[in-house]
Amino acid sequence: MTSDRSVIVDSLGVGLATGAYGVSFGAISTSSGLSVLQTCLISLLVFTGASQFAFVGIIASGGNPLTGSLTAILLGSRNLFYGVSMAPKLELTPAQRLATAHFVIDESTAMGVTRPTRRQARLGFYWTGISIFVLWNLSTAAGAWAGNAIGDPRTYGLDAAVGAAFLGLLWPRLASAKGRLVALVGAAVALGLVPLTSAGMPIILGGGAAVLLGLLWRPGRAS
Amino acid sequence: MTALWGGIVVMAVGCFALKYAGLSVPERVLQHPLTVRAVELIPAGLLGALIAVQVFADGTSVQVDARLLALGVAAVLLALRVPFLPMVVAAALVAALARQL
Repeated sequence: MTSDRSVIVDSLGVGLATGAYGVSFGAISTSSGLSVLQTCLISLLVFTGASQFAFVGIIASGGNPLTGSLTAILLGSRNLFYGVSMAPKLELTPAQRLATAHFVIDESTAMGVTRPTRRQARLGFYWTGISIFVLWNLSTAAGAWAGNAIGDPRTYGLDAAVGAAFLGLLWPRLASAKGRLVALVGAAVALGLVPLTSAGMPIILGGGAAVLLGLLWRPGRAS
Repeated sequence: MTALWGGIVVMAVGCFALKYAGLSVPERVLQHPLTVRAVELIPAGLLGALIAVQVFADGTSVQVDARLLALGVAAVLLALRVPFLPMVVAAALVAALARQL
């Protein structure tokens, strides 16, 4: 049986590793045209990595900010399900729910939901979520400041860093055939729409088409 | 400028609302298999589309440049299990170097 101490140590390890990504978010965000203040506020108030990257990626490609926020919210829809699976372990009052909701993200749920006891589920969830939150915001500020100080982002390949960051987020989902198919269809449809629609739309339409196809596709039916 | 702030506010409110709602709704409400499967697929579909646009789009035209090389390097490093941050930095460096040549 895992000790409380090792749950905390593991959680802090995940917190350190994940919180450091904030540097790349900060740099990419300011090189996409957002101010340091906007960049830091996004990390403070949105606090869900993939959604934040999606938003600034769409702004960088000239998309409408509302299209960007819609894409970010769709990507954040998985947090809804994380909340559902954590709720029985946390047993929160409505006031506690308000204070806790912000920390519901991929990593805190992963480190909390698998624990055998309620006590360790809570330890894993809060130590992971809060340590990532603190580091993510500090490293966002550092990256935003550095990104702002160095001039044209293309010289440093920062525009190419966005694609690499998204690929890193997508990577675990490419392990399954369905994940690969859905990602490929999303990419192909989006690319086909780039010349035809305004910036930002190819992403939502491509992603939507891919999800629809994924829902219809049954492994084994196709040869 | 105002539109950008508007987008940030909508995103912040929307993302928090999803997290809060998850902690508040009873499990059975979201147990419909179609909902569960759709939510599992959304990240892969959207990220695939995001990568394609980020790497190939230049406004409304499609073009191949140093960004594709950087993406290739990122894929190789991910296959080698290089952690996220060094992988992103290496991809950026490759694009920067390719543009110097």
